[in-house]
Amino acid sequence: MDDIFGIPAPLLFGQLLLGLINGAFYAMLSLGLAVIFGLLNIINFTHGAQFMMGAFAAWMLLSLGNVPAARTGFALMLLPLAVLLLDWLLAALRVAHRLRIGLATLFAVLWAGSVFMEGGGPISGALGTLFPQGLSYWWALLIGPVVVGATGILLERLMISRLYKLDHLYGLLLTFGIGLIIEGVFRNEFGSSGLPYRIPPELSGAWDLGFMFMPVYRGWVVIAALALCLGTWLLIEKTRLGAYLRAATENAALVQAFGVNVPRMVTLTYGFGVALAAIAGVLAAPIYSVNPQMGTNLIIVVFAVVVIGGMGSILGAILTGFALGVVEGLTKVFWPEASATVIFVIMAIVLLTRPAGLFGRA
Amino acid sequence: MQLTRRTLFATGASAAAVASFPRLGRAQAANTIRIGVLTDMSGTYRDNTGPTSVACTREAVAEFGNRGFNVEVIEADHQNRPDVGVNLARQWFDQGVDMIIDVPTSSVGLAVAGVAREKNRTYINVGSATADLTGSQCSPNTLHWAYDTYMLAKSTGGATVRAGGDTWFFITADYAFGHALERDTANFVRAAGGRVLGNVRTPFPGTTDFSAFLLQAQASRAKVIGLANAGADTQNCVKQAAEFGLTRRGIRLASLLLFINDVHGMGLQTAQGLVCTETFYWDLNDRTRAFTRRILARTPNNYPNMIHAGCYSGTLHYLKAVAEMGVQAAKASGVEVVNRMKAMPSEDDVFGTGIIRPDGRRLIPAYLFEVKKPEESQGPWDYYKLVQTTPAEEAFRPLNEGGCPLIRS
Repeated sequence: MDDIFGIPAPLLFGQLLLGLINGAFYAMLSLGLAVIFGLLNIINFTHGAQFMMGAFAAWMLLSLGNVPAARTGFALMLLPLAVLLLDWLLAALRVAHRLRIGLATLFAVLWAGSVFMEGGGPISGALGTLFPQGLSYWWALLIGPVVVGATGILLERLMISRLYKLDHLYGLLLTFGIGLIIEGVFRNEFGSSGLPYRIPPELSGAWDLGFMFMPVYRGWVVIAALALCLGTWLLIEKTRLGAYLRAATENAALVQAFGVNVPRMVTLTYGFGVALAAIAGVLAAPIYSVNPQMGTNLIIVVFAVVVIGGMGSILGAILTGFALGVVEGLTKVFWPEASATVIFVIMAIVLLTRPAGLFGRA
Repeated sequence: MQLTRRTLFATGASAAAVASFPRLGRAQAANTIRIGVLTDMSGTYRDNTGPTSVACTREAVAEFGNRGFNVEVIEADHQNRPDVGVNLARQWFDQGVDMIIDVPTSSVGLAVAGVAREKNRTYINVGSATADLTGSQCSPNTLHWAYDTYMLAKSTGGATVRAGGDTWFFITADYAFGHALERDTANFVRAAGGRVLGNVRTPFPGTTDFSAFLLQAQASRAKVIGLANAGADTQNCVKQAAEFGLTRRGIRLASLLLFINDVHGMGLQTAQGLVCTETFYWDLNDRTRAFTRRILARTPNNYPNMIHAGCYSGTLHYLKAVAEMGVQAAKASGVEVVNRMKAMPSEDDVFGTGIIRPDGRRLIPAYLFEVKKPEESQGPWDYYKLVQTTPAEEAFRPLNEGGCPLIRS
């Protein structure tokens, strides 16, 4: 067994691999942040809470049949999606704007009211009867991002969109406050000690790589993250839609003049960024403890990743995410106590030498 | 990492807690005993302490009834930060709080002890684990109620070594609690002829992925991985150890501090077979079951653990002492209240009868439990099998070995 810097080589390889896995989470989360910042100029501090909501959505879907709190929770999480669908339907029917708002509000109040009825009300009841076994991890991977993304879209339409003309700081404060509220509500409802979520049977088990045991699920996380990152990068850099988006950030008025609905594009972009956080949340549910604090712990690191990569740079976010995961993994071998700080040290150095970040344009 | 949103609001939260403090008339205040529950209301230890600690304190006050003086319970969130905890304690004491109870997170627990001593008030620590509270840092104003690191190390650590786990690697939360738990457990391992092959200190809070540390533990070829951490950290370690096949390779996990709420959080599928030590389990006997039925009315979704039981037991004993010595005398000196509490035997539903030692340690039997398999569990929160009981006199560190200055004099 060869030693590298006094550390057995197998251990070092293992740590590199683990670093890459953690980096996958950093990359996915910072990707969403970079997309949102790049196109909306909003520093989305709700991202951690949205990541957590993704993980909770997975747990709720699995527990629809046997945990009443999961039904209630999911019925409420469905509300924004239902309101958006109704609004879209009314718009298609050419209902007047004010009437649409009134109807949507009434609908939302009725929906929420029914959820809090004695015994759970018809919506949670229906969820329980339709899915007595709950919905599996794979469904969660599909439904979770859509549902959480819809909450993001509603949030953008109702609040964030009012702040575009103001300084960054306002958006930061708003999203920060909303994140705190979401986290608080989940903590009150589900406690802090976490909820059980198992690795799906298809992905349980592990490969013996000789130098370490590699759980199949972790491998899947890396592959999923790479696919997601690559897909997003291609979407924004190589497609016509992406070209519109990039053009809109340069000059929104001009793009609008060409007949592109810029506000809607911006809204959908925010929803997409939020959905990315939710996918990361669903992917994280089986390996980390599903609890309301899970986002807070990650999000500060992820912000550092975004700053190092260059605010708004998509490629920067992806590459830095993976790279810093590896750096952190190595720190855990050589100086474990510093593993929570190393990323911030790097951030300080980068800010001093390249204020725009490694991949950012000044 | 620690520069989270919590920092921003630390000052604001303490200000708000003080502002919400009801201002009582002078005459009424003189006849009112004020109890402050200082706990984690928003962080990782919320379910292990938090609102259920407050509920148990209130339950004790309600059961004690009115014996010629009023009792008022207030609560605040110390956010697991020593600076916030010390500020809140100081403000509370300055505004007439007579006793502070709970205070989880050893670093905060030790810091608040200093304030209680300075202001000569009563301090019943329940939530912190460090045995230093009755050892090198003991104080005439401090009582330590439900458990400590020495007792966890002796019960869980001792049983693990006896079962053949003689080589250890520690994964330790990098603060006062983790250090104390690792130190105390390592002493037992060595005393029993075992060896400690290594350790790793993990940043707290802020570590979510423990696989890197678990891999180091595996590389050390130790038979036992000692988890000197708590709450979500322990849950993540257990989950990830199973994921990386450590448990299948015969490596044993010693979860040195595990509460029933953590077991609930992990689920029996993940937690089955773990051993842990608590001084209270709701299904231990008729009295604990009766207590649990009463307390569940106040906290339906979270069963009480030994910390919660300790808040109940400590408050009840404190109020009995106050009733005996009179409100005026109790308000005048925390040391006198603590001395009176030490002189009286403590008796309640949760821990039965027991004494408090001169160093402030409430003696309670330590129960070693094994977490049930899913098919063994009969109903909600039916999680533990009793494996072994260490009698109260043997469960804790001998009086003369703690280095408490109160004992020498």
